[in-house]
Amino acid sequence: MTETVDVIVVGGGHNGLVCAAYLARAGRRVLVLEANPVVGGAAVNKEISPGCTLPACAHILHLLPPRVIAELNLAGHGLTFAARNMATIALGPDGKHLVLRGGEVTPSLQAASAADAAALPGFHAGLARFAAALQPFQTEPPPRLHAMNRGDRWTLAKLAWRLRRLGRRDLREFLRIAAMNVADILEESFESDLLKGVLAFDAVLGTSFGPRSPGSVFTLLYRLAGQIEGRAGALALPRGGMGAAVEAIAAAARAQGAEIRTGARVARILVEGDHAAGVELASGERIAAETVVSNADPQATFLSLLGPEHLDTGFVRRISNLRMGGLAAKLHLVLDGLPQVPGLSAADLGERLVIAPGIDDLERAFNHTKYGEYSEHPAMEITIPTVTDPALAPEGRHVLSAVVLYAPYHLKQGWQTGREAFADRVVETLATYAPDLPERIVARELVTPTDLERDYGMTGGHWHHGDLSLDQMLMLRPVPGASQYAAPVPGLYLCGAGTHPGGGVMGAAGFNAAQRIIGDGRAS
Amino acid sequence: MTAAPYKQPLLETPLHARTVPLCLTGDWACWGGYVTVNSYTNVEHEYFAIRNAATLFDLSPMRKYRISGSDAERYLNRLVTRDVRKLAPGRVAYVVWCNDDGKLLDDGTLFRFGPEEFWICSQERHLNWFLDSALGYQVAIEDVSEDIAAIALQGPQSYTVLRALGASGCEALKPFHMAELTLDGLAVTLSRTGFTGDLGYEIWIHAEHAIALWDRLMEAGAAHGIRPIGSAALDLARIEAGFPVANVDFIAAEHALRATRRRSPLEFGLGWMVDFDKGHFVGRRALLAERTSAAGYRFVGLDVAGNKPARDALIYVGRATQVGFVTSAMWSPTCKRNIALATLRRPYDTGGRDLWAEVYVNKEGKWEKVVAPCKIVPRPFFNPARRRATPPLAY
Repeated sequence: MTETVDVIVVGGGHNGLVCAAYLARAGRRVLVLEANPVVGGAAVNKEISPGCTLPACAHILHLLPPRVIAELNLAGHGLTFAARNMATIALGPDGKHLVLRGGEVTPSLQAASAADAAALPGFHAGLARFAAALQPFQTEPPPRLHAMNRGDRWTLAKLAWRLRRLGRRDLREFLRIAAMNVADILEESFESDLLKGVLAFDAVLGTSFGPRSPGSVFTLLYRLAGQIEGRAGALALPRGGMGAAVEAIAAAARAQGAEIRTGARVARILVEGDHAAGVELASGERIAAETVVSNADPQATFLSLLGPEHLDTGFVRRISNLRMGGLAAKLHLVLDGLPQVPGLSAADLGERLVIAPGIDDLERAFNHTKYGEYSEHPAMEITIPTVTDPALAPEGRHVLSAVVLYAPYHLKQGWQTGREAFADRVVETLATYAPDLPERIVARELVTPTDLERDYGMTGGHWHHGDLSLDQMLMLRPVPGASQYAAPVPGLYLCGAGTHPGGGVMGAAGFNAAQRIIGDGRAS
Repeated sequence: MTAAPYKQPLLETPLHARTVPLCLTGDWACWGGYVTVNSYTNVEHEYFAIRNAATLFDLSPMRKYRISGSDAERYLNRLVTRDVRKLAPGRVAYVVWCNDDGKLLDDGTLFRFGPEEFWICSQERHLNWFLDSALGYQVAIEDVSEDIAAIALQGPQSYTVLRALGASGCEALKPFHMAELTLDGLAVTLSRTGFTGDLGYEIWIHAEHAIALWDRLMEAGAAHGIRPIGSAALDLARIEAGFPVANVDFIAAEHALRATRRRSPLEFGLGWMVDFDKGHFVGRRALLAERTSAAGYRFVGLDVAGNKPARDALIYVGRATQVGFVTSAMWSPTCKRNIALATLRRPYDTGGRDLWAEVYVNKEGKWEKVVAPCKIVPRPFFNPARRRATPPLAY
């Protein structure tokens, strides 16, 4: 062993960096090892043509807890926003678009359906109440149901108290809808296809669900719970791109004393006497540490880096059965000008644009995934960050970043041949809303789940490190036996999106993991 | 145990054509989906043949898995609680394996044929568990249960019968050793193992030759009082030997609906088989934690006063506090003792306690209660020197 530190963080994604920053702040000697040349994991920038910067994966910041922003002084380390509190604009095929901002009644909604305009505030407030009841879960370890300690009981008691405080009528409604599919609840609440489509889109993003899959209401609630916690940012674009936001976290970690090494790929987590002992790099170099924290996804951590030999069969079985296949692709375009979307102003293009014209369209797009095909008519979430942050591209150029559903990791024909064909489908879909878009394309790139897996080491190319769904959430995330950040091997912890509360550029998993490690250190 | 949805009619073992005409009682049982003989003629006669002559038992329904490959030893070392690295080729080991919580899934015998080839034999089916345990290991796991038939040749005259068949090489075979040899022209694997606690062998042979082997053994053993035995007589012998049976004396962890019915090897008196120093194995962390705990249960042998088998009896301390229960019991004709295998709640598993068994006896249609004092005694209850003598004595 050439070097010894207190804590090694395997992977410099945003969660790893948040975790490292908090551990360093608590006085630990922390070393972050990132395989890629830059930190950030999947929350990085990339250039697909000279001077044109795009978010390589996640493109909207909406879940970073204000507490983390404040405690790590991220503003002081360069986190600023190009756009905050963005509206969501559901693009209508007929040019009649819906502008939405939480539960606000907007003129476009009023125009689309007076009944929906009347119903939306109540619907949103109802979901927000339920989400608020779930919210304390976000920045705390999920309670264990078996062998509970005082902390577990306290978290559960808080949850029970918050649910109880909802009152009889709300509690009954919560129990009714919690495991429902989002299509049913939208059908009973609204009449506008466009409104239902965009709300359903939020429910299925990051899952392997369609709007008619059970449990999709819960994922919507969960998303809202995160947004409430992160209200300060709501939907925001960090200035300088997602990579700049992560740079700020990295700077904060360095300021706390953490060392960050890039281009250092961890090949193996070392175990001695049934305790984590350090890591071995791909170069063969070994670094010793009492504590190893993995920012990698659960399958990569346990099955590749650690190896089943240190684990029990039942645990390995649960880890290998995780649903890890990503269903989202990224489309990146460099445009020689802002496209024209009939019905939208140039400023509107700086908002979050969603193509999900209705529940049926979304469900139909989902159908393909069941048979290993990509969607013929994909749904998507689009940002054009250069509208609010022109420095991301040279004068006259714009970049467009779209998260596209559905693009299954296991594509039957293989992404080798499927990639360009699917990219064509996505551009065609975009062109139905922005007819001049195809001729404005200077450069184009489709990033599939297999690319995400290769470039960022995310098993299955799932940017949440595994489906965020009812059976892989809370105390079930990633699996029972590791849901409180500690792995079965003493001294090994998880801090990535595969743990509670999950993916999205959130940092809460890293924060929770750091609290756990600090707490364990105090106990020993 | 509720019956699994077995194939109807039940499967037949490779020896079915021989066992059918010999079974005069019509006393059949289902064992792992196979129709098997519970008793051929008379349980007592069969039992006494185990202790005084030679017996044949159709062992074919046992599950047999072939484990091979460059990681076979590493794989098995993580699967079972003993240190497989210490098992030399040509040896057999009694092993147990646990789930993540350190609770017993089953016990069985592990045969080592070479550096990279093993068999594991067990009563219950475990292919899923074995396959799921193989992730990350270069190992092939095959269920060879249908290909391999097995006959248990047990009793003080079993060695003599083998000699009569002209077997060479078996005189040097120690307990838990095995050899691949030829018996009267038939290639077999012969292991000095068994479930009777007596001198005896288990003979493993390709299914298609099983009947020929049976016939030759019966012929060679005719002068030595050989007779086939069913499961009932074997059960008496194994209680005397103190051997537990899965889903009788403990509930296999994956079968148990009640968490308190699952047992760890430590609770089962098999702590000597748990090697904490060999590196990680499945259930190690749970067992390590359990080792320092005073809670749990202990599996013990009991000597019960009187002569009424304490089947299903509840065990009390001071006739008031219920502390355990009997899972197997019999009047032992060989030991002349009333013996039982029981599970006691800790700390009532230590000697010197005022233990009582509440035994119910059916006396011609009327159940009567007998409260009999009992004491914890070492197992096995019956452990004759001939079981270990090498070369075995020719009776």
